[in-house]
Amino acid sequence: MDKIVDREALVGELNQKFGNCAEVFEDNTNQSIKVKPEKLVEVMQELRDNPKYDFKVLMNLNSVDYPENFTVVYHLNSLTHLHKLTVKVELDKVNPQVPSITSVWNAANVQEREAYDLMGILFTGHPNLKRILLVDDFVGHPLRKDWKMQA
Amino acid sequence: MLKTQELTLNLGPHHPSTHGVFRCVLNLEGEYITKAVNHLGYLHRGIEKLAESRTYTQFIPYNGRLDYVAGMLNEWAYVMAVEKLMGITEEIPERAEYIRVIVGELQRIASHGIYFASMALDVAGASAWFYGFRDRDEVLDLLEMVSGQRLMHNYMRFGGVAADLPDGFMNKLDKLLNKLPAAIEEYEGILLGNEIFRARTVGVAPVSREMALDYGFTGPNLRASGVDTDLRRDEPYSVYDRFKFNVPVRQNGDTFDRVIVRIEEMKESIKIIRQAMEGIPEGPVMAKVPKVIKPPVGEVYSRLENAKGHLGFHIVSDGSTKPYRLRIYSPCFVNIGIFPEMAKGLHLMDAVVALASLDIVLGEIDR
Amino acid sequence: MQISNTIATGLKDWLMGMGFSATTTEMIATAVWTLAVILFILLNLIVLVWLERKFSAFFQQRRGPNRLGPAGFLQFPVDIVKVLGKEDIIPAAADKPVFRIASITLFITAILAWAVIPLGEGMILEDLNIGIFYFIAIGSTATISLLMGGFASNNKYSLLGGMRTVAQMISYEIPMVFSLLGVIMMVGSLRLSDIVKAQEHMWFIIPQGIAFIIYFIATVAETNRGPFDLAEGEQELVAGYFTEYSGIRYAIWMIAEYGNLVAVSTIASIMFLGGWNAPFGLTFIPPFLWLLIKIYFMIFLFMWVKWTYPRIRIDHLMHFGWKFLIPVSLANILVTGVGIYIYRMITG
Repeated sequence: MDKIVDREALVGELNQKFGNCAEVFEDNTNQSIKVKPEKLVEVMQELRDNPKYDFKVLMNLNSVDYPENFTVVYHLNSLTHLHKLTVKVELDKVNPQVPSITSVWNAANVQEREAYDLMGILFTGHPNLKRILLVDDFVGHPLRKDWKMQA
Repeated sequence: MLKTQELTLNLGPHHPSTHGVFRCVLNLEGEYITKAVNHLGYLHRGIEKLAESRTYTQFIPYNGRLDYVAGMLNEWAYVMAVEKLMGITEEIPERAEYIRVIVGELQRIASHGIYFASMALDVAGASAWFYGFRDRDEVLDLLEMVSGQRLMHNYMRFGGVAADLPDGFMNKLDKLLNKLPAAIEEYEGILLGNEIFRARTVGVAPVSREMALDYGFTGPNLRASGVDTDLRRDEPYSVYDRFKFNVPVRQNGDTFDRVIVRIEEMKESIKIIRQAMEGIPEGPVMAKVPKVIKPPVGEVYSRLENAKGHLGFHIVSDGSTKPYRLRIYSPCFVNIGIFPEMAKGLHLMDAVVALASLDIVLGEIDR
Repeated sequence: MQISNTIATGLKDWLMGMGFSATTTEMIATAVWTLAVILFILLNLIVLVWLERKFSAFFQQRRGPNRLGPAGFLQFPVDIVKVLGKEDIIPAAADKPVFRIASITLFITAILAWAVIPLGEGMILEDLNIGIFYFIAIGSTATISLLMGGFASNNKYSLLGGMRTVAQMISYEIPMVFSLLGVIMMVGSLRLSDIVKAQEHMWFIIPQGIAFIIYFIATVAETNRGPFDLAEGEQELVAGYFTEYSGIRYAIWMIAEYGNLVAVSTIASIMFLGGWNAPFGLTFIPPFLWLLIKIYFMIFLFMWVKWTYPRIRIDHLMHFGWKFLIPVSLANILVTGVGIYIYRMITG
């Protein structure tokens, strides 16, 4: 199965470097960590550039509407170590805002726009945060659970 | 001082070479592009939202509507993700895994065949177009034998495949595999070795290794830029660890390399199918899975080496019969993100070819 | 040839007998001949479109039209009927008068070129002493029609197509004319019937082989056929200068283009392939048929090239035209001139 990073050590190092920003996130995949939104960009930069982790590839950027919060999920992959990591950011239900990581991976550009379009998550600092799949004057964000299907 | 006025050209949504309903607004200086802006979403059907109101089984046919030229691989990717979530990956019968590999690789050949064909058409080599479609059609004949459908197969099931291979399939497959290498040789004669084609593609729209990783390229596009990676070899899923095959990698990352990588991949796919034909065991094609699919609470992210790149499914389950959230990571959607950057400074004619070389399918981009 | 001459003379005699004056007779005879040329072009068109479809199908491993008539031969007449029934759409923002006349002017130039093209000995409307010069001059005006079509449509694709046409056709006219110069120097006459007569013993393709190849390449570009069909450039310009045309106006573009194709093939046959002279003493085939065979051989070459090669990029096209074809064609003229001089010195 997937190679897994030593999350305890990783979280310890991140906390030491950026000041209490990450913690291990327990779920069924055993490869998730949780990061505070304020420090997200720095953490991602570190994960990409530190040769120990070398997460050169942003595999996926997803957003989930949980009953208690919005979660933005980043799946990272390393081509050299072949290990994976899931970074989760939990956001406020009323005003979901998270810094954009377009500066780290350009691949995030379109995916963040999609998450904004369909889930209504604001990516601060995104160069061009506009709707991408739906029309510009569309009202609402359809992937949210409170969005009513209008068939 | 003489000044020229910039021309804004609306490429699409219905344009012969946007491969579907893709729209790109170009600013032209003469015929050279100074700025390009992508507009997507003309084929958006909200499949991710639809998934939330369908049961896991009901969602299988929707996958054929994503990347409609490689439906089998899409279904496989989804089925594999759900199997991982349910923890039944080990229980799938070997024969089913071999069948999946055979149909999956056939589908890859079909998809690359259509890629070659549309590439040929975008440099106006209309004759080469037919050569690509000729071979794709024969592959589709086989897939039709297996699943009863040419494009929207609905063949994969959780724990196996819908039906065993029909009688006479192996004979036909053998015949096709004997024919295909010569057919692929013909591609070189009619298009790839052509002086004009080389002038149109070599060195056009190069994507460096760093840029490719930065923009999230996956699959053949990434391999054309010199990154030696293939999920089938690096993180073998299914039974890919039992087959010997090469991973073609090219260094320049230009349009020509993106074509050649795919042609080489077709040859490798033939090798894989040959090995699978020899090694396929007898036995059942379905595991014992519950009638009602109810994966445990949790989530999974699983990827598969699709013909276009890594097709990923992120499924969040709340323990019910329907996915709580289903996210499709579409390789085309991410690959197309580089086009505005790539098109800058290109001639209009080259931009069309560069767009074709990215291998986009709008059904998957817009979902 | 004799037959046509007899017909023409007979017609004239008959008209004179009816009591018409000499001028009227001449006018009526000219009108009949013009009509015959138009009919020839249109009949050719039916054959050509059928051939093009069959050849492209052959190159592409398919059958081509095979439903209507023998081997799908009647497909095109039916298509014409369909096209006639289409709505004639003129874009609201188009420059309407120019838009209307653009396709017709191209058709007129295609017809005008036929005034000096002989289809056999004496089968010519006006055997001008500057025949080939007239043909080149008329051929050049086709550029304006294409530009008119591209400009008047008020469509960006059309405009780009029109601009490309101008650049391409003006550039390739130079090597085309230069390639013909070698032949003219050898004959010493611009009259097409003289040129054919000079080839009774040797076709000019032998001493002027390079010129023939240059002429072929340049005329592919002149007629806007693949791989030099940049003006139409379907993949990036949708249909180039005739994007906005529909119905009969579109059909006129097509007819004019095929008319030009036949015209340049005829000139190639006359200038390089011996015109209506029979090779190897095979004189039992009438001269008119020989010319037709040669014309269709040239057309086959054009189609072969079109359905084999992908399209070249416009800047490569320009480089090829200015940096390769023009120097080579100039060198060809020089070599021809020196050769003629030496030949005259030897023969005295």
